[in-house]
Amino acid sequence: MKTYAACEPVPVYRVLAEDGSLVGEAPDLSGERLVELYRWMVLTRIFDQRALNLQRQGRIGTYAPFSGQEAAQIGSFAALDPQDWVFTSYRELAGVMFHGFPMETALLYTMGHPEGTKSPADRRIFPVQIVIAAQLLHAVGAGWACRLRGERSIATAYFGDGATSQGDFHEAMNFAAVFRIPVVFFCQNNFWAISVPFTKQMATPTVAQKALAYGMEGVLVDGNDVLAVYAAMKRAVDRARAGEGPTLIEAVTYRLGPHTTADDPTRYRDEAEWRKWRDERDPIPRFRKFLETRGLWSEEEERHWQEEAKRRVEEAVVRAESYPKPNPASVFDHVYGTVPPDLARQKAAFERRMNRREGRE
Amino acid sequence: MKELTVIQAIHDAMRLAMERDERVMLLGEDVGKNGGVFRASEGLQERFGEHRVVDTPLAESAIVGTAVGLAVAGMRPIAEIQFLGFIYEAMDQIASQAARIRFRSYGQYTVPLVIRAPYGGGVRTPELHSDSLEALFLHTPGLKVVTPSNPYDAKGLLLAAIEDPDPVLFFEPLKLYRAFRAEVPEDWYTVPIGKARVVAEGTDVTLIGWGPTVPVIAQAAKRLDEERGYSCEVIDLRTISPMDTDAIVASVEKTGRAVVVHEAVLSGGVGAEVAARIQERAFFSLEAPVVRVTGYDTPYPVPSIEDVWLPDVERVMAAVEETMRI
Repeated sequence: MKTYAACEPVPVYRVLAEDGSLVGEAPDLSGERLVELYRWMVLTRIFDQRALNLQRQGRIGTYAPFSGQEAAQIGSFAALDPQDWVFTSYRELAGVMFHGFPMETALLYTMGHPEGTKSPADRRIFPVQIVIAAQLLHAVGAGWACRLRGERSIATAYFGDGATSQGDFHEAMNFAAVFRIPVVFFCQNNFWAISVPFTKQMATPTVAQKALAYGMEGVLVDGNDVLAVYAAMKRAVDRARAGEGPTLIEAVTYRLGPHTTADDPTRYRDEAEWRKWRDERDPIPRFRKFLETRGLWSEEEERHWQEEAKRRVEEAVVRAESYPKPNPASVFDHVYGTVPPDLARQKAAFERRMNRREGRE
Repeated sequence: MKELTVIQAIHDAMRLAMERDERVMLLGEDVGKNGGVFRASEGLQERFGEHRVVDTPLAESAIVGTAVGLAVAGMRPIAEIQFLGFIYEAMDQIASQAARIRFRSYGQYTVPLVIRAPYGGGVRTPELHSDSLEALFLHTPGLKVVTPSNPYDAKGLLLAAIEDPDPVLFFEPLKLYRAFRAEVPEDWYTVPIGKARVVAEGTDVTLIGWGPTVPVIAQAAKRLDEERGYSCEVIDLRTISPMDTDAIVASVEKTGRAVVVHEAVLSGGVGAEVAARIQERAFFSLEAPVVRVTGYDTPYPVPSIEDVWLPDVERVMAAVEETMRI
């Protein structure tokens, strides 16, 4: 009896070695664009570290850091057009901010401000998804709508390794493949779903190979190699735009920080593993070495940009902290297009209560 | 004017909507080639094409979840769930996703989505094909829930649901699909969401039902009038959420008595919400406690038991007697 027992292993796609040397074909990007990607990796790392501090100081709420995953996020978003649909989880801020989501809006979200999910009007960034894998189906639907409406845009879904265990992952992959939807599923395999390791999340050695069972292309890429990620995403995006259907990309990366500021990874994660990723596989020094070798970046530019990036983050913090406080009664305004009569009664009673409270204060 | 059944009226509404607006599409299990297991979409795929009447893989969460994405990105999808009892599979996509996207995005993204599902008992179905789950969605802000009891409302409410900017659950009493015919205008018209209908005016007691229980309470009212001389006001709620509290209160202020009738289980049912609103807003008009006539707090029973489990004319009449005695 012949059975489906194993598939041919595919090597991880890589352009840059861990020492920054070129081991594959560099994608067609200008020196200026390469430097832009690097600047954003540094800027978002500084943002992430600053956000952790702000949370410790009680100035923002629970925060899910992305440090270590900048190459996976910025490399992939670099292949998108401004009008492509973006559906992400809560750990994709580096990519989303690079794509045009303001830093201060990201801070407003974690400060608990209701306007913290608003996409800039000229982007199609969907609010952060909290329910794991739910956004994959929305991306399939949005990509589907793009095709039905004859738009050039495609849709992307960003998620982690844990999301692949959800039913919605399966349903989204299957629908996308059956209807050949212009969508890219971008999985950042960072090895940890809070405390549950990748090896307990699935019995397959990769996420990418799952694509085969759905009838779509699967790509396994080094998620800490920004050039390899860009090339993999560009290929998938181009295929989607050309009507060649969906792609599942697995970007192998690592979450250097905790799951959120409410999490202590020392309870479940081996320190040696973490040190190895931090000291030897950090995507930022790796890309920097490449740029320096090419004469695109220098020690002085690094110093200057570090200062500039910190200044930009601080400006965003000031803007977020001085943003007008929300009107509590606005909670009633975006439940329905028109407030129904009984809800309007609740709102009126709520406003009377708020006014009395203010009168006392 | 043509006389149509409920299922024909639903078909008519979908055909009209797809003719008028090319963003309207239907997706679900067996809705295309087969025309739906109840034939609600018979011939529509042939007429509008496979890209607008879509036979999907068998996955409720994906039917609703992709419809959410379609709606957000500019389409006007109608998602069919084959039976309401299967909607639990899509619960996250309805309650945590569709219902909250306007709220979560501070009004930036909206979900003009209709989810159609047949429901209700009395037709000898297998397990989980007869459950009435409307209360789950009344308990979920951001959703609208409507259920017609006749062909005219079926077409008018469905067209209103398709026009609505928010997600609307459109629950179709399957026992009434082919129960009777009634006049239905051929053109586009809407029945407003959020408005109850006074089916029959009366002065002694208000009977409140929706969907499959409307014919039951109408029949009970008729017999109570003939046999007991009671004047019953009959209200078809039509919309479960947002509920037409004003219509309920106005009626009870007149009659002083109310009986609420639904097929769904008693506890935490929509009847409890109706009773609560009556005592909040019409307490001093009440002559007797509000009575609920409903399914029992058990899973929906097997076909050999369902007839005595469901609210029927005799149970409604007994409940009215109970309130009239006080």
